[in-house]
Amino acid sequence: MGGTGLTTKIAPTDGLDTIPKLLARNADLHGDKPASREKEFGIWQSWSWSEVAEEVNALALGLLAIDLKPGDHVAIIGRNRPALYWAMVAVQCTGAVPVPLYQDAVADEMAFVLDHCSARFVIAENQEQVDKVLDVQDQLPGLEQVVYLEPRGMRKYDHTTLHAYRDIQAEGRAGHDRLQPILNERMSTQDYDTTCVMLYTSGTTGRPKGVVLSNRSIIEASRTSADFDNLNVGDSVLAYLPMAWVGDFIFSVGQCYWTGFCVACPESPETMQADLKEIGPSYFFAPPRFFEGLLTTVMIRMEDASNFKQKMFRYFMDHAKAVGGDMLDGKPVGTMDRLKYALGNMFVYGPLKNQLGMTRVRVGYTAGEAIGPEIFDFYRSLGINLKQLYGQTEASVYVTVQPDGEVRADTVGVPAPGVEIKIDDTGEVYYRSAGTFVEYYKNPEATASTKDADGWVATGDAGFFEEDTGHLKIIDRAKDVGKMADGSMFAPKYVENKLKFYPNILEAVLFGANNDKCVAFINIDLEAVGNWAERNNIGYASYQELAGNAQVLDAVQGHVEEVNASLANDPMLNGCQIHRFLILHKELDPDDGEMTRTRKVRRRIVDEKYNDLIVALNGDVGEIHTETEVTYEDGRKGSISANLQIRDANVFPRRAEAA
Amino acid sequence: MSLDDSYTTPDGRTIGGVLMEMKNITLRFGGVTAIEDISFDIREGEIRAIIGPNGAGKSSMLNVINGFYHPQDGEIWYKGERRQAMKPHAIARQGIARTFQNIALFNGMSTLDNIMTGRLTHMKSNMILQAIWKGPAEREETVNREKVEEVIDFLEIQSIRKTPVGRLPYGLQKRVELARALAAEPSLLLLDEPMAGMNVEEKEDMSRFILDVNDEFGTTIALIEHDMGVVMDISDRVVVMDYGKKIGDGTPAEVRANQEVIDAYLGVSHD
Repeated sequence: MGGTGLTTKIAPTDGLDTIPKLLARNADLHGDKPASREKEFGIWQSWSWSEVAEEVNALALGLLAIDLKPGDHVAIIGRNRPALYWAMVAVQCTGAVPVPLYQDAVADEMAFVLDHCSARFVIAENQEQVDKVLDVQDQLPGLEQVVYLEPRGMRKYDHTTLHAYRDIQAEGRAGHDRLQPILNERMSTQDYDTTCVMLYTSGTTGRPKGVVLSNRSIIEASRTSADFDNLNVGDSVLAYLPMAWVGDFIFSVGQCYWTGFCVACPESPETMQADLKEIGPSYFFAPPRFFEGLLTTVMIRMEDASNFKQKMFRYFMDHAKAVGGDMLDGKPVGTMDRLKYALGNMFVYGPLKNQLGMTRVRVGYTAGEAIGPEIFDFYRSLGINLKQLYGQTEASVYVTVQPDGEVRADTVGVPAPGVEIKIDDTGEVYYRSAGTFVEYYKNPEATASTKDADGWVATGDAGFFEEDTGHLKIIDRAKDVGKMADGSMFAPKYVENKLKFYPNILEAVLFGANNDKCVAFINIDLEAVGNWAERNNIGYASYQELAGNAQVLDAVQGHVEEVNASLANDPMLNGCQIHRFLILHKELDPDDGEMTRTRKVRRRIVDEKYNDLIVALNGDVGEIHTETEVTYEDGRKGSISANLQIRDANVFPRRAEAA
Repeated sequence: MSLDDSYTTPDGRTIGGVLMEMKNITLRFGGVTAIEDISFDIREGEIRAIIGPNGAGKSSMLNVINGFYHPQDGEIWYKGERRQAMKPHAIARQGIARTFQNIALFNGMSTLDNIMTGRLTHMKSNMILQAIWKGPAEREETVNREKVEEVIDFLEIQSIRKTPVGRLPYGLQKRVELARALAAEPSLLLLDEPMAGMNVEEKEDMSRFILDVNDEFGTTIALIEHDMGVVMDISDRVVVMDYGKKIGDGTPAEVRANQEVIDAYLGVSHD
């Protein structure tokens, strides 16, 4: 691309400069092709592009009828439902701005966002979400109308400012002659610079910020990335990640409307795995956590399989590990190995991929966190084209991405098409692209400190380009990278990721900046460890009890020591070996503010909340009593107390610094 | 308030006239009198609880209502007609469905199939047609499956549709049992200790479902329950039994204030 972000602005392709215009084009071009699917009452329902255009139009007219104004913010709250995606586009048609919210946010978090964007309208999925909004309504003088999708349980509510989605659509259809000219007028005044959507960042530090993304940001990011992976109208995806997350908006709205592919929504969050198998998407995105969980489930199930099946599984998986990745990358593989792989495909890989719902996956992505190399290789060896990308809300996702044939577990790829990247002296990564955000809503200071006058955006991540391949490697959050007391580098996430690659460990938090040794909190994975406990006849009633089990501690100690051994060989990070650790008595939880909704640890809060434990870890006691406040799903508070064992782990002599 | 008056509850539901009336019911097993001269009524659209200490005769009462036991004395009036002694399946056809204190599901069958059995009273085509699955049988199955799917959606058990119920945790099995009873589209739903053995969260869920069933479908519900908090929260009127006799009847507040009830069941207040 080239040029500076401010002076040369990319013009829209074929005059398609808004999502509503893309919808009109799709209705024209792919009128009878499926656009949305959803499983309802056990059967997949589908809507063609022309049906979607009608639904969206009716809702937009109805929203006009209840006086939605251009520039208003409309909060959309709920899980992935076609009707809620249509609502976002309907809102755009009227000239207002959709603001999707995390559906599992508690009422307080919701109140902050609704207040910050002064939402006049809320479109909520069901009674649960409406109740949360009504709970905080008195803090929100700007809130006027609430629209809900599922009428169940809502009959007795006061309906003066509360409307059913279907009723709004009916009102829109009834007022078609009067309202359509107004709607057309509104749509015609929008262009590439009009705000497309506002997304709140999860915010590992402080309150969430509203990231304003224009039509240019979204459509350019969607266009270039769709070209990069050759996405087209024949593709299909399963939308199951939070609608408030930028990735979902790009996949399920941006790329969907750009290419015309079909977005399917699961029946319920719990049926996602079964729905995935039925839909068999060709384009798939999931965070590393998902792939880890799936692999754990597969391994646990295999342990229950018959002896013969287990042997066959192991035999062919070993072969897949040896040649599967190379075959996917198009590297030369011998004929005998290919034959054996084909046999394996018939007996193991094919049925397994079918079971996982990944038979048709042509392009799969994972991002957000580092993925364990073994997990990554497992999926690739099966012939699933799983790749990594590195992205941000502020970039409309794409910063770097791995091209086919250059896929590795330990890098995040090369700059995405149309993205420029530079790395400053401190190691922080900066980028500039057409997808770059406009501003943080009502927060010029944060905008100025993140995006400079030339359009370069600071990622906040430290990283470096690998010299021979041009691939970017991310080490950690720039502000989290620190120094140990002896001056060696402290990169907590790097070490935590190494720990989290063990199936038994769900989460780890490392402490040690400005200190002479590192210590760590561990969260065990209840599914993996629970299964192990069952097999070994170890009874437990709760996470807490299992976490305190001596054998579990032994196992985790083993993992910690293995990590220490591998760190000792790393010339840059050998100071980060873990001297002492404990297993936390509760899982870190977004409801307690310890993690973001996208499940990233909020270091500062963990730091403050568990200060007593950190002090104990840095001391020399073997056990500590602690009490912790917990928040239940409905917002009530309680507290749990526990005696935690602190273990010392072996550390290894550091390999001499490379010259 | 006369018996035929309909009225509106504080939360906006309409309670209609009498749906079922038990008049002077006495049930004996040999020399043991399980129920002695009990009369009460159940109104259309209400949630009616029957409480009492262990052995008070609550489950026997439920078994009288659904026709499993035939009382030696007394009359049962249902939908304005005196009911003759009949088999439970005939009573089920009249629109009375129930769940059991000890879960009574088909363990080897899937959730879906279990709930489908709740539709049996709505299946008219004969066994041969059903076996070859042609004509009316096929159409009937489609209609019944639609109803079952509505219930599955209502009780949010989509994810266990194909799971054999024997593999489900207890709380979910209870929900499947409720689903099976609901699939029969009953006008009177009998629940025998729907929350027994559940944790607080499961109880909250179950209470919500009971209220939603009552609210959304207008189903009349009679339930036996030991958890006083739940009973007092969700029921419109409560019958209290002790040693086979009725010792109280009225709104939760009235029952709570009834000295005889306090002494017999709730225990003496200490504060």
